[in-house]
Amino acid sequence: MSLTINVIGGGPGGLYASLLLKKANPDYDITVYERDPADNTYGWGVVFSDATLSSLREADYETHEAITDAFVHWNPIDIYYKGTHHRCGGHSFAGIMRADLLEILQDRCAELDVEMHHEHNIEDPDHLRDDADLVIGADGLKSVTRERYEESFRPKISEGSAKFAWFGTEKPFDVFTFIFRENEHGLWQIHAYPGPKSTFIIECQEDTWRAAGMDEKSEAEALSYFEDLFSDHLGDYELLSKLYAWRNFPVVRNRSWNHEQEVILLGDAAHTAHFSIGSGTKLAMEDSIALYEAFEEKGEDVPAALDWYEKERRPRVNALQEAAKRSRRYFEHVPRYLHMDPYQFSVHLLTRSGRISYDNLRIRDPEFVDAYDRWFAAKAGEAETPPAIATPPLFKPLELREVRLPNRAVLTPDLDDAASDGRPSAGHLDAVVDLGTTDAGFVLTDPVAVSAQGRITPGTAGLYDDDHSDAWGEAIDRIRDRSDTRVGAHLLHAGRRGATRPRETGLDRPLPSTDAWELLAPSAKPYTSANQRPKRMDEEDLAAVREEFVMAAEHAEAAGFDHLQLHWGHGYLLSSFLSPLTNDRDDEYGGSLDDRLRYPMAVMESVREAWPADKPLGITLQATDWNSNGFTLAQATETARRLAETGCDLLAVVAGQTSMRQRPDYSETALPDYTDRLRNESELPALTTHNATTTDEINTLIGSGRADLCTFHPSAFE
Amino acid sequence: MQVGIGLPNTLDGADRDLTLDWAMAAEDGPFTSLGVFDRVVYHSLDPMATLAACAGVTSEIELVTSIIAGPLRSDALLAKKAATIDVLSNGRLTLGLALGARQDDYETVGADYRGRGRRFTQQLDALREFWEGDDIGPAPVQSGGPTVLVGGESDRTFQRVSRFADGYIHGGGPPRAFARQADRARQAWDESGRPADPELWGHGYYALGDDEVAEAGREYLREYYAFTGPFAERIAEGLLTTPQELVQFIRGYEDEGCDELIMFPTVPGMDQYDRLADVVGDEWST
Repeated sequence: MSLTINVIGGGPGGLYASLLLKKANPDYDITVYERDPADNTYGWGVVFSDATLSSLREADYETHEAITDAFVHWNPIDIYYKGTHHRCGGHSFAGIMRADLLEILQDRCAELDVEMHHEHNIEDPDHLRDDADLVIGADGLKSVTRERYEESFRPKISEGSAKFAWFGTEKPFDVFTFIFRENEHGLWQIHAYPGPKSTFIIECQEDTWRAAGMDEKSEAEALSYFEDLFSDHLGDYELLSKLYAWRNFPVVRNRSWNHEQEVILLGDAAHTAHFSIGSGTKLAMEDSIALYEAFEEKGEDVPAALDWYEKERRPRVNALQEAAKRSRRYFEHVPRYLHMDPYQFSVHLLTRSGRISYDNLRIRDPEFVDAYDRWFAAKAGEAETPPAIATPPLFKPLELREVRLPNRAVLTPDLDDAASDGRPSAGHLDAVVDLGTTDAGFVLTDPVAVSAQGRITPGTAGLYDDDHSDAWGEAIDRIRDRSDTRVGAHLLHAGRRGATRPRETGLDRPLPSTDAWELLAPSAKPYTSANQRPKRMDEEDLAAVREEFVMAAEHAEAAGFDHLQLHWGHGYLLSSFLSPLTNDRDDEYGGSLDDRLRYPMAVMESVREAWPADKPLGITLQATDWNSNGFTLAQATETARRLAETGCDLLAVVAGQTSMRQRPDYSETALPDYTDRLRNESELPALTTHNATTTDEINTLIGSGRADLCTFHPSAFE
Repeated sequence: MQVGIGLPNTLDGADRDLTLDWAMAAEDGPFTSLGVFDRVVYHSLDPMATLAACAGVTSEIELVTSIIAGPLRSDALLAKKAATIDVLSNGRLTLGLALGARQDDYETVGADYRGRGRRFTQQLDALREFWEGDDIGPAPVQSGGPTVLVGGESDRTFQRVSRFADGYIHGGGPPRAFARQADRARQAWDESGRPADPELWGHGYYALGDDEVAEAGREYLREYYAFTGPFAERIAEGLLTTPQELVQFIRGYEDEGCDELIMFPTVPGMDQYDRLADVVGDEWST
């Protein structure tokens, strides 16, 4: 029994799958149908990593040899930005011209008796199913196969927001090169890499593209524009163009790659990944290897082989698409990071996909990271010029006003649910002292109420009484005795989430009415129908609560806290002013973003006046309600910028819990990504709140400029 | 980490003798809990009735629904049944709940499939109210009610865990699959300001013996999960069939911070109990 296989698409994926299957099973009848001529030379360089090359070598030695004979190999990455140049090594790549690769694969196919029909367009893949056991849809981005059976594949196709165009040049680039150049129209981003001819991809945000009139320029005009703009890199060399076109990156995913156990998708037809992270060609060829292995495993059982193939490839493709998405999004938002120092900008770029951390970079290029650590140390104020040796970023101090945090690790205790009338329990204070004497840079208390009414549960700790500042003060004294760890008070008014039972058995469970107290909020909307309806705050209430925050600040000062943080998140009082879900006032405290910000800002200003000028004041800001009708990331970004203008010293970033109606995101990158965005849009120092678990994670976040402080929960910490 | 064992309530031949012998052996053996599965349109024994019977012949081992599909049942009756088992077992019930994926179960009991998510969230809220209220008794022995675990993998699952439950129960898979979801549970828990940490439970499937036994186990899993399509084969391939695989699996879960791991048989017979007890007893005696 031998199989008949028809392959739609004679690109690298289709050809490679064919040759591997035919090599292992000479009796298989394999035919490739390709719409372009055999000697079509469109396309530029294709990039492979070392890892890909070794897979190719294992799958078919001859192909691998032919590729390695024809390729160009390089190691470092060069980054040109704001007139500086940084080179980081250890990222091994190889590049080959697409046309050369196709030729190698075609030759090999011919050698193995794979039938190839060029200039043969397939209009309807169904015709190829009649006499075949399997049809491979390797027909690329605009796959006809995918379209024909889209009910089975269920494609999800979207577009990236950045514009790009693919060029080549004879100017030799000897390493992978990123160039970031601003002109009067905006920022231009170059991805260039070596090859017999170099590849030169130009990418930009849409408004830059329009500002430069690129939508209306002719090919010649565009080439001239860029040859001019990059004359320092290109020298006298011209830019070359084939099939000149500006595109948005097409993001393609499919719920399934399998139609009726007879048609399978492979390569770009099935999935794309942004060019900044590796190539579609690499993915296609790896798909081919997996398909060939599937048949090795399952013999001629086509359905079993197709299941095996998809099961095998899905996790790897998903992981790569995740990394590619992060990388693509980075390039779509580079202007956000232009305020950064070039050295940090480079590290941020190199760690953009989530697959390369600080420790990974150190393994790839130890000297680069050593030099970076020394630079970072100087920047963190440890020295005038880079010292001879330095510890990693996590160990560097952070100065907030006159307060010096000795390092970037932050610890926070669990909520105290055992305070009595706001006085923190002895057990809780001991826990805080324990945290404060383990060499962390900073301890931030659990949210502490500014009044009895502002508590979450009867057991919430407070700072509204001398008794409270005495208790906290005693704990702080104990910490001061033994360490340099700085201590911050996190001030809260629970708003409509108050008067609830201790959180042992769940969140927001209302106290029985005999024990509950009246709740305050911008609008009289209860948290859920089971919760108490809060009172809509009138002018008196607004003034009174503001005064409570001021008094709490004074108590915090009496207790000896180094830092004060106001909670504008998680649906508590101040964040419920920010959110349209909870604030429908029609006075000056509700409505537009400015109006919704008015009261929280007023509270902050009053507290700032009462809090010593040499001590920092921070805001825990809601990044998003995870509800499209709520407080959104865009509004949070605007808010963060306003906070930067009004003397906020630190931003801690949280999300969710404003309403039960939310689509939360508990992935490990959600909060760090919000922090990265808010920090860099506002240029305020930022604290991540998601509990990093390794020093590598902290070094990566701090070193790359995604955050300045990280809450830390080491796994073996008891 | 503690290791529990699933009762054979969904296997052919699950009768009074096998069920009670199994429970009593586990009580004396190295296992700290007894799990059950839930399926209406199937020949399985009802999970809660099964646990209630086991409550009568045991006194220390934890009784766990791992999981039952909450929205298939009325909130009040579910609360009452759970409280009853808690009383009859003297506070040994852990109620693991999730949505349940089989549409036929929903249709058969007349529950709305499409709105099951929202119903489930409401139900979780209602259960506590019932257990703490005076209208519907009995009052559970455990204060606040039985331990509640929520299962699933959607974002809403983890919202439910952090909002209503005492912990998370994972649906099965290799240790790293568990780890990925456990991380999300911890994340949601931390963000919500719940005290301490969520309980983290997992489960796995085994069939110990010769090749025939292993194949029988895989066949059972293929058939039981046939409704998931190609995924059934993946589950069958994950079946643990040698002591070595079993130990590695259990260790893997322990490394990832699992608090309790329930191992489910896929082939009926006390022999399967004995073989698992041998492996677990040697390595993880409590």
